[in-house]
Amino acid sequence: MRRVTTRESAPAPIGEPIPRRDGIAKVTGAATYATDVALPGMTHAKVLRSPYAHARIVSIDTVAARAHRGVIAVVTADDLADVELIYGHAVADHPLIATGKVRFAGEPIVGVVAEDAVTAEEALALVDVRYEPLAYVTDVSASLAPDAPVIHERPGEQRAHRGFEEDIERTAPNVCSASRQQWGDVDAAFAEAALVVEGEFRYPLCYAYAMEPYTAVASWSEGALTVWTSAQHPYMVRDDLAHCFHLPLSAVRVIVPYVGGGYGSKSYTKIEPLTAALALRAGRPVRLALSVEEAILTTRGDGARIRLASAFDHEGHLLGRRATVLLDTGAYAENSPLVARKAANRLGGPYRIPALDVSCSAVYTNTAPASSFRGFGAPQVTFAAESQMDEAAERLGLDPLELRRRNVLAPGERPWPRVRGIDADVGADLGLAAEELEWDAPAVAGHGKAISISASDAGSEPVTTAVVRVHSDGSVTVTAGSTEIGQGSSTVLAQIAAGEMAVPLERVHLVQSDTAAVSYDRSTGASRTTTLMGLAIQRAAQDARAQLVRWAEEALAPDGPAVVEERDGVSIGGRHHDWGDLVRAWFGGASGEVVGRGYVRRAGATEEMPPFWEVGCVGVEASVDEETGEIRLERLVTVGDVGCAINPQLVESQDIGAAVMGLGMAMREELVYEDGNLMNGNMFDYRVPRAGDIPPLRTVVVERGDGVGAYGAKGGGEGSLNPVASAIANAVYRAAGIRLREAPFTPERVWRALQ
Amino acid sequence: MAEERRAAISERSIDLAFEVNGRPRSLRIEPRETLAEVLRDRLALTGTKVSCDAQVCGACTVLVDGLAVSACTFLAADAEGRRVRTVEGLAVDGRLTALQQAFIDRAAFQCGFCTSGMLMAATALLEDVPSPTAEQVVHGLEGNLCRCTGYAPIVEAVLEAAAAGDDRAAEGDTP
Repeated sequence: MRRVTTRESAPAPIGEPIPRRDGIAKVTGAATYATDVALPGMTHAKVLRSPYAHARIVSIDTVAARAHRGVIAVVTADDLADVELIYGHAVADHPLIATGKVRFAGEPIVGVVAEDAVTAEEALALVDVRYEPLAYVTDVSASLAPDAPVIHERPGEQRAHRGFEEDIERTAPNVCSASRQQWGDVDAAFAEAALVVEGEFRYPLCYAYAMEPYTAVASWSEGALTVWTSAQHPYMVRDDLAHCFHLPLSAVRVIVPYVGGGYGSKSYTKIEPLTAALALRAGRPVRLALSVEEAILTTRGDGARIRLASAFDHEGHLLGRRATVLLDTGAYAENSPLVARKAANRLGGPYRIPALDVSCSAVYTNTAPASSFRGFGAPQVTFAAESQMDEAAERLGLDPLELRRRNVLAPGERPWPRVRGIDADVGADLGLAAEELEWDAPAVAGHGKAISISASDAGSEPVTTAVVRVHSDGSVTVTAGSTEIGQGSSTVLAQIAAGEMAVPLERVHLVQSDTAAVSYDRSTGASRTTTLMGLAIQRAAQDARAQLVRWAEEALAPDGPAVVEERDGVSIGGRHHDWGDLVRAWFGGASGEVVGRGYVRRAGATEEMPPFWEVGCVGVEASVDEETGEIRLERLVTVGDVGCAINPQLVESQDIGAAVMGLGMAMREELVYEDGNLMNGNMFDYRVPRAGDIPPLRTVVVERGDGVGAYGAKGGGEGSLNPVASAIANAVYRAAGIRLREAPFTPERVWRALQ
Repeated sequence: MAEERRAAISERSIDLAFEVNGRPRSLRIEPRETLAEVLRDRLALTGTKVSCDAQVCGACTVLVDGLAVSACTFLAADAEGRRVRTVEGLAVDGRLTALQQAFIDRAAFQCGFCTSGMLMAATALLEDVPSPTAEQVVHGLEGNLCRCTGYAPIVEAVLEAAAAGDDRAAEGDTP
């Protein structure tokens, strides 16, 4: 790792590579995940899934299953008249269990609860479901055809209050949502262009493969519901559970232990409503733990088809972009309407473009539902947009790096009106990537180099709270709704609290992601936690400090000797009092504590949207084996432009992890549907990167203090995924002269292109 | 109902006696039970994680007589009379092994779900090849998937642990 820092200094331990605070728990096997939760009297559930892509359910006979020894409950939609079955974060279109028809192969139809999982599995075989198969579509073109079967007869109820600023437009029966981003006069831009580059690009349906499959344990007591789950966003799950079971928010408690990988795939609600419904009928706690094969059928990433045209003047200045993006959203909306919105916003990248018009539709198909996945629309559109930058450079006779430099936004410049100016120096980032890649060094024969960039409107909504409690011994408890999904929130957030309160890190402890014990945080995603939760914790610490100074005045200096605030306490008449002294003095005994509150909302520093921009900048050197079509990655460099690296080691590990995940999707990963069924829905056939697939990696961590978060921090962890496919495609072009417009770049596809 | 079911299958149950992390254990199990199920559900050793459940990902890797196996597909009955080591058995009296420490120092994990299996596979590798090359480490970990780290820090951690082991051997500090 190389660090490039121009930010102001920050108090220790900010900026230090503190070892992960979940380290010992995770290397000794002591760390508890949802899959490890066991309750007294807990029962086990299994789910019967549709073998048909699209079918009407004629009848369900559960008599034999109910009679099977050890079975406690067999539950279909008909058994849940008291439950609101339809939920959905963006569009309420998703039944927690099939109601009347199934819309994809793998949709849950019946839940069986038994004393043990084997018995539940046995009982599934005793359920008899009669289907009337319907015509189906597993591809966006077929879904948009005039005679296509209609997947949702009734449009789902819109939930615009849950983070959407605009109505979700439904332009055709199978269009889940349509988003448009436009500014400037695109027709004029293309009319005056010296060069127009056009093409169609395809990005695959992908599976995040969080190694811990979805798991939930639900328990009812006194009319209140507690759910332990592998979810990223416990408060959003709480809200959906309250909706489904007609409960006040306060009667639903969602607890998230360590999460075994998320990458967006555990955003929003998954199996929690079904698990809670099964527990309601069983009258006992229920554990539902999906297999990886079932997890693949629960959430995947949106595949994309992107038609893009980019217009340039003679000197390589971008004049306009025009694009139509179709996302394969699968059978239910999940979060795809927001992915569509973000894909439209992110197609422009970190460039100054006078005119742009992007239409992006999330299209229903009879496939597993797509939702959030790391990058969130950006990997898809960046593949197209950055491929065309290299195409244009070649046709204009310009160095691709120079072409990018001519177009990147200056720091603070707004990509479009009424949006936050870019809080990054993208031109400088490009320069760092070029240095690391030795851009100006003569190319090795048969090798090609490329640098790609992206910009994502990141951070989601700024709705976050935090509490900092300082105890009578001066130690600190922080409660934060953010989940620890591996990104290191438990370490970074403690560092911020320790820095603000000036107490040793060992005396700061965090309590996370329990909706009954910890105050609200909207979500753990969109790279927002360090920035927005970090800001909330900073404010909570400042609030605690301000109260403690006031308490010092009231309890220790009522007659007016000056109370001077210091880093780690106050001084009165030359005598130092630490935070614990002030707590005890104010309560007048040996105990007590101060409660500091921090709020982040659409106001002040976080009024402008997005809360921050997340820039991606990746360089690749590649060669191609012309006999086999195998792409060899000679090296990969990333620039992590994070404002302030609260913990540089964790920034580096997020950056590398993101780039390697992007590499997987660029090179190998693709879910394949045939005849209505997923053909490679298991880890034999769905090939993720292995240790031997990793090229030499190098990361530059850049800190210019230009983010909105504490100490100028802004998020990381997605940026270095987004440009990877385009960087590889462009490097392959320069190495072998073939233009790849369909990811993943499997040896077969590359070999065919070479012929 | 649970008791009835246990009674019904008890005729099929078998005795299993084996050693887990240095302690002799004996229990009655069903012949179909995997080593992962026995470790996690009967012995509460939940550090062993199950992901793909099909011997692809390596998350459930444990050592049986020193050999790395996938506990998700290894029948517990086949562990009869053998020595099983899990992630819970690595640290002794709270003292981490050089490998565990190197994983922390190098941030060789994020979510941690692959970590137990990764540590066991690497432990087997280092017992077999105490001073491996980077290529040997990569080869030794090909059967263990990690979706968070991009592998590079894991390979570095294993090499660092190997170097630390060499130092300790030089100081005569090996157990």
